[in-house]
Amino acid sequence: MKTENSPRGLTRRQLLARATAAGAAFVTGSGFLAARDGAWATELSALKPDSFATLVQMARDIYPHDHVGDEYYVIAVKGYDTPDLAEDIEAGIEALNGAAQGRGHASYLAIGWERDRADLLRSMEDSPFFQRIRGGLVTGFYNQKAVWPLFGYEGASYELGGYIDRGFNDINWL
Amino acid sequence: MAAPFDLNDDTVVVVIGTGAGGGVLANELAQKGVSVVALEAGGRYLPDDYVNDEWESFGQLAWVDPRTTSGDWRVAKDFSGLPAWIVKAVGGTTVHWAGASIRFQPHEWKAKTSYGNVQGANLLDWPLDAEEMDPWYTLAETKLGVTRTGGRAGLPGNNNYLVFEKGAKALGYKEVHTGRMAINSDDYDERISCQQTGFCFQGCKWGAKWSAAYTDIPRGEATGNLEVRDHAHVARILHDDTGKVTGVEYFDKDGNLQLQKARVVCVAGNSFESPRLLLNSASSMFPDGLANSSGQVGRNYMRHTTGSVYAIFDKPVKMWRGTTMAGIIQDEARHDPSRGFVGGYELETLSLGLPFMAAFLDPGGWGREFTSALDGYENMAGMWIVGEDMPQETNRVTLNHDVKDKFGLPVANVHFDDHPNDVAMRNHAYKQGIAIYEAVGATRTFPTPPYPSTHNLGTNRMSENPRDGVVNRWGQTHDIANLFVSDGSQFTTGAAENPTLTIVALAIRQADHIAREMSTGNL
Repeated sequence: MKTENSPRGLTRRQLLARATAAGAAFVTGSGFLAARDGAWATELSALKPDSFATLVQMARDIYPHDHVGDEYYVIAVKGYDTPDLAEDIEAGIEALNGAAQGRGHASYLAIGWERDRADLLRSMEDSPFFQRIRGGLVTGFYNQKAVWPLFGYEGASYELGGYIDRGFNDINWL
Repeated sequence: MAAPFDLNDDTVVVVIGTGAGGGVLANELAQKGVSVVALEAGGRYLPDDYVNDEWESFGQLAWVDPRTTSGDWRVAKDFSGLPAWIVKAVGGTTVHWAGASIRFQPHEWKAKTSYGNVQGANLLDWPLDAEEMDPWYTLAETKLGVTRTGGRAGLPGNNNYLVFEKGAKALGYKEVHTGRMAINSDDYDERISCQQTGFCFQGCKWGAKWSAAYTDIPRGEATGNLEVRDHAHVARILHDDTGKVTGVEYFDKDGNLQLQKARVVCVAGNSFESPRLLLNSASSMFPDGLANSSGQVGRNYMRHTTGSVYAIFDKPVKMWRGTTMAGIIQDEARHDPSRGFVGGYELETLSLGLPFMAAFLDPGGWGREFTSALDGYENMAGMWIVGEDMPQETNRVTLNHDVKDKFGLPVANVHFDDHPNDVAMRNHAYKQGIAIYEAVGATRTFPTPPYPSTHNLGTNRMSENPRDGVVNRWGQTHDIANLFVSDGSQFTTGAAENPTLTIVALAIRQADHIAREMSTGNL
């Protein structure tokens, strides 16, 4: 687990304390974010770990697919972790957390139910920040080739000779 | 081999655009011995270059130069800078098209007579009819190798078609088949038969689908009479003080402005760029743009009353497998005002890959209602609505002087509001499409809004009377004898049918006319 190798020497207990603040799914350290089950971890170069964790949760709340792991949502929003974009993103996350606090929650990640997070997002869906994240996910998430098989989509077929001998008309339940 | 023509050669016909109109016209003229310079804004891509990947292909082929939009159509909100999904490449949108090749119905050539006065619609009869067009349609079908015409077999039905067909028959529809398609069902014209690969919209890597890119263009070049200059963006058409056009200015691949002289100029840049070019060519003699004494240049923009219906079933369909659009129901294409609208519509099979489905199923949609639909992607079937929309004078392409392209030229603004007839037709088609899928056991259906337009028509329309339109029955502008329009912008009305076959038929006919007029000295 990446959590044991924190470059800043955080203890595991400190990490887990932060993880609680960042939501159940994530373990954050200084400069990185990891899944609690160790399925993935990512180094961060510009965004605060809690902010990135919030962004990942927001991505899942916008396009929730329960059979798709967090790693694909991480990839979908990792492009915002650059010095050029960090300021805008941090401001957007701050506003999101502010809205959560306005509804009596400690932060966006502290909202337990997806329904309540989605209601919050719905209230700000015309904001440039929301539209930027949502718009980016349309390609950033759904255009990952690794995601396609999780939806049954087979992608390119030319290299395999098309479907003329591979089931273009194999429907059997009509 | 294609011999290059000199910029000062004023004996050539200049064709602007190389798609279904311009590409075919250029080849047909070259075959008749006419010298042609074709100027194409895009690059050259052949089947080996095409990519079976929706977004990557879009980046390779689509026209994404800036445009702006206005009006009540949802495209103006969801895709404000992308009113059309068309191609910028040699071969034009024949690289992207799905291959559906159906003739206009006889009554559709006479829309005003057939439908009467429709409030708010600027209907007009074509100065052509089905009888006159019949031999040209036959030539077009032969060129394209259209299935179910000329003794050619139909394509086999894929999974998406089989669902569609079963539902259609359950509703009692009779005219249901795998379409008249410019996609080979057997080897034809040195092209192989369809391999059921899908990705028809991304360019056919087998060359089984007809496209000007790898048929008419190279054959025209092989005559030695056609030179195609790619990455040549035409800025302006020039004229002399007698009002005849004399040549065109274009930016070449290095961005340098060139002047190609011409005996005849034919405009075929699709229904946004063609009127934009005429308007951007305004001069002191023609202050409202070339060929615009009627004021109709850019007006009467039509895009077909489109929309899609997708449905989810409890078992897999895998609609993306096989020919994208080989499936049609024609029963609703008739004119039957008892349905609450004039004109008719076709229903055709359609599928999108997961990436485009995410972008187009419900643009802007998010949350669990949206994602649960995509969770059913593998079990999804889909169809497209293609219906006749009403020409309206206020639906128009104008110059947006506030937004310039990379050459500093004002871009096209595309304004579109649905006519009430369009809305009534679309709602009827949604209802029928949903009923078709429910008859096969759909558990959920989606009346999906129109995509950015692929059928762009009417902005330089054909008319008998010069007051009513821009071009005459030959596509020749009423105002300037040696200036022609050769693409879908010359459509007087849109009919219910996919337009490519008619564009090709008109281009073959126009080539015949231009060559004859040149040989007799009239041009």
